[in-house]
Amino acid sequence: MADETKGSDQPAPPKPSEGAAAASEKPAAPPAATPPAAKPAVPAPPPKPAGPVPLPWESEMVTRLRQRFGSGLQPFTYLGQNYVIADPSIVAQVLQELRDEEQFDYCVDVTAVHYPKREKQFDVVWVLYSFPRNQRVRVKTMIAEAESAPSATALWESANWLEREVFDMFGLRFDGHPDLRRILLPDGWKGHPLRKDYGIIQQDQEWVQINLGIESGQ
Amino acid sequence: MSESTTRTDPILAFEEKKDPTFLDATELVLNMGPQHPSTHGVLRVILKLDGEKVLGTECVIGYLHRGVEKIAEHRTYAMFNPYVDRMDYVAAVSNGLGYCEAVEKLLNVEAPPRAQYIRVILTELNRIASHQLWLGTHALDIGAMTPLFYTFRDREEVLKIFERYCGARLTTHSFRIGGCQYETYEGFEQDVKKFCDFFEPKIDEYEQLLTTNRIWVQRTKGVGILSGPDCKALGVTGPVLRASGVKWDLRKAQPYAAYKDFEFEIPTGQNGDTYDRYLVRVAEMRQSLRIIRQAVEGIPEGAIMAKIPKVLKPPVGEIYHSIEAPKGELGYFVVSDGSTQPYRVRVRPPSFVNLQALNKMVIGGLVADVVAVIGTLDIVLGEVDR
Amino acid sequence: MQSFLEYLKSNVTPGQAGDPLWALIYILIIFGGVSLVVMSMNWLERKALAHMQVRLGPMRVGPHGLLQPIADAIKLFIKEDIIPEGADKLVFWLAPVVIVIAAFTVYIVVPFGPTHAVTDMNIGLLFMLGVASLATLGVIMAGWASNSHYPLLGSLRSSAQMVSYEIAMGMAVVSAVLMTSFAGGSGFLGEIYGTGGANPAGGTLSMIGIVRAQEAQHIWFVFKFFPLGLIAFFVFAVAMVAETNRTPFDLPEAESELTAGFHTEYSGLRWSLFMLGEYAAMVAVSSIAVTLWLGGWLRPFSSWHGPVITLDSYWQGGAVDFVFSLFPALLFFFLALVGFLGVVRMPKHPLFRVQTWGLAAFALVLGGIGVVLLAPPVRDRVQDIFWFTAKVAVFMYLYIWYRGTFPRYRFDQLMRLGWKFMIPTGIAVLIATALVGVLA
Repeated sequence: MADETKGSDQPAPPKPSEGAAAASEKPAAPPAATPPAAKPAVPAPPPKPAGPVPLPWESEMVTRLRQRFGSGLQPFTYLGQNYVIADPSIVAQVLQELRDEEQFDYCVDVTAVHYPKREKQFDVVWVLYSFPRNQRVRVKTMIAEAESAPSATALWESANWLEREVFDMFGLRFDGHPDLRRILLPDGWKGHPLRKDYGIIQQDQEWVQINLGIESGQ
Repeated sequence: MSESTTRTDPILAFEEKKDPTFLDATELVLNMGPQHPSTHGVLRVILKLDGEKVLGTECVIGYLHRGVEKIAEHRTYAMFNPYVDRMDYVAAVSNGLGYCEAVEKLLNVEAPPRAQYIRVILTELNRIASHQLWLGTHALDIGAMTPLFYTFRDREEVLKIFERYCGARLTTHSFRIGGCQYETYEGFEQDVKKFCDFFEPKIDEYEQLLTTNRIWVQRTKGVGILSGPDCKALGVTGPVLRASGVKWDLRKAQPYAAYKDFEFEIPTGQNGDTYDRYLVRVAEMRQSLRIIRQAVEGIPEGAIMAKIPKVLKPPVGEIYHSIEAPKGELGYFVVSDGSTQPYRVRVRPPSFVNLQALNKMVIGGLVADVVAVIGTLDIVLGEVDR
Repeated sequence: MQSFLEYLKSNVTPGQAGDPLWALIYILIIFGGVSLVVMSMNWLERKALAHMQVRLGPMRVGPHGLLQPIADAIKLFIKEDIIPEGADKLVFWLAPVVIVIAAFTVYIVVPFGPTHAVTDMNIGLLFMLGVASLATLGVIMAGWASNSHYPLLGSLRSSAQMVSYEIAMGMAVVSAVLMTSFAGGSGFLGEIYGTGGANPAGGTLSMIGIVRAQEAQHIWFVFKFFPLGLIAFFVFAVAMVAETNRTPFDLPEAESELTAGFHTEYSGLRWSLFMLGEYAAMVAVSSIAVTLWLGGWLRPFSSWHGPVITLDSYWQGGAVDFVFSLFPALLFFFLALVGFLGVVRMPKHPLFRVQTWGLAAFALVLGGIGVVLLAPPVRDRVQDIFWFTAKVAVFMYLYIWYRGTFPRYRFDQLMRLGWKFMIPTGIAVLIATALVGVLA
């Protein structure tokens, strides 16, 4: 298993092509909800009189979590969906706590979002569900390129492939994952396609030439 | 071309993983797929066998990876809508429903009631079509050839309704963000009702062929057992979870569309084996008919499209919305940066997560069980690989 | 020339008459006939299966796809012959040959009629079972020579399956052989028929002798010592499906598990040899079943002749015999009628003209065969073959029917069925037959 994160460090030359052009113009979005006060200043025709804002989330569970983790944890609710933003240092304990004490027994999804303009470039998102409570919660943490997220594989087996996919697509490492390999792309592939600096028609030309025996896959 | 260091062979990699339980003298590494009649597409499973007994498996997926999530970031919200049909292509309507509802949630609008009902009718019809396809191919995997033709004959009727409604049979693209594009055609209700009356006895016909067939029962009972806690730990959802005795269906647990208006039951099994999963899916077809009947009866008049702007620019924010697709929980995690294109769309595919359970279900079984279990998981590779 | 025609009047098989020329002719006829049967089985199976599965089956090549087997054969002949690089070339080449030879050699002793066999051996049944199980060797050779995992697994399954079901089969067969020596049979045999292979004193293994014993005892063995004969027949009927690797015991070539099992790596002509061998073996084991339990070439109610009637220069003998003697011709007339109905129902469209005329011609040919079968010399000679073939055809239809209805057993279940049910049942029936036979 080569060190894939290194490979993707040198940003692949973004291909100026019709498809990618639109992408590069995209504003590096503000972190989705970090400053809760920052009202989304979208000038577009507002569908509702007041654009929805992430509001602080209050509940018994949040109180308990607050007691345990203090200010490292910021709970929000947005459009009826609850999520907490946790510091990378405590996110492992938060997940553990949610599973053991709060009955979140089903890890629905693990995914990531890339914000290249931000200092901590990646949001890692765990979507959890509790069968007894019939409740969903998202746990979010922000990590930088060089950092790694804690693996939830020990808590929920389902996180195994999901984390592998995040690794495959974003190059994020998960500490404690038993078998962190690429899952959808071939093992020798260079680059992590869901990063924003990866062009939409970009490919690992070398891999294509060696393994498929063709000049280009385009 | 094999000199390259970048080329890795999954089989070799798998063989290199030494495990003390694997006895070198007796084991055989068998490559099943990606071109294999019963891996339902391009799934590749590498099996480690002791004679016929399965010692371990390794799934190699990604042969159908098209980068749907990347494409989403380069399309507008509406433009991405047809792409989701290509994931679980046998249940395209469900995919579309999930995506449209997720974006609607992000926009904070709701489709009008009539659109909701049309959505429910089509989605449930699609669930039936998906289960029919599953039943036919699953039976074929186990060696029963005839049910395949019966189910395909009847699936045709569903596809005809789709075709009449929106012009497409498989990748329907039937819903739009904010409602439905098309009003129902003349005679839609009668067609659907006719289908319900036509299809109910057909389910009995399938059951006659299989449910009490001794060989079928022997081949499926006790095969690929997955307990309820195992299912939850592995994130397995849908009929597989319900067959393990967990009465959980998103249509009831967190109703979306118009599902709260309808009465239906959640069929469950007890043993979590292949036979129970078969029974659950067959029962689900009956429940779907029940929902469709109620929806057709109570379909309200009115608009079919909510008031949404011409150019969709959802406010900055993120949303996770999931629905009960025929295969399990299909979730969309959509992040908006306020522009016309989604900043990120994450699809939580039920097939992908369910496929993880394969290893647990087949270890200790025989090669024939692997085929049965792949069938019973009801995976669609378009959705696994996206 | 004189002596050549002389044989037609003899009442023994060419092998027993020591007539190599006629033996050769018989061999050629049987080889051609069985190949023809295999081809028509191919069409029939696809057609019958299709109708069970609410579809039409082959419709394009010839009227109702009648020429489909020929088209398939041509396609298989001109297909590229591929031998995998890692294969053991000699064994790979030999395997289909072994299977086909084994499947066809069996026919030497199959009695299509009292004289319609290449020869009659006093160990005919033993010979037949022995040669038929040689096919296992071919399957193992094919699986091993392909040097590939799926064929290997397929051949392993196949060998285990064939070996275990052969035991059950053997038990059932022995109980039928025992019946030849019991009650009503033994004494007469020598006197009445004096066949070469039959041992009048104590039963026989000769295929012709076994049918003769049923004739002499006035009972088909399937009904003898009811229900013992029936159980033995049932055991055999199940075991023979397993022996020929057909659904629900088609594990060696389980398509959904092992792609195509032992012949995965074969293509074109070699592959078609496997198919030829498989269908020939199906006919062969069905022939054993028919010979042992269903009275071989004997028509139903063969001991009932009815009042003697005379139709000048056409018939002299029992009325019931006469009615039954018309069956072959009537069957062909019926088929011709079906064909003509097909002609009438054919769409009236220029595109269908060739098909319509083709079907009409085919129906005419069938009718012509029917007329020929009415001619006294042919009629008397063909009777036995007709009844034998009709009984075998029932088994062939059953094979198709199984395929349309049953899922496939798993390997361990197959073994369990074989060892825990079939073999004990076979042994029990054998013991019971012996006891009943001795005590009765």
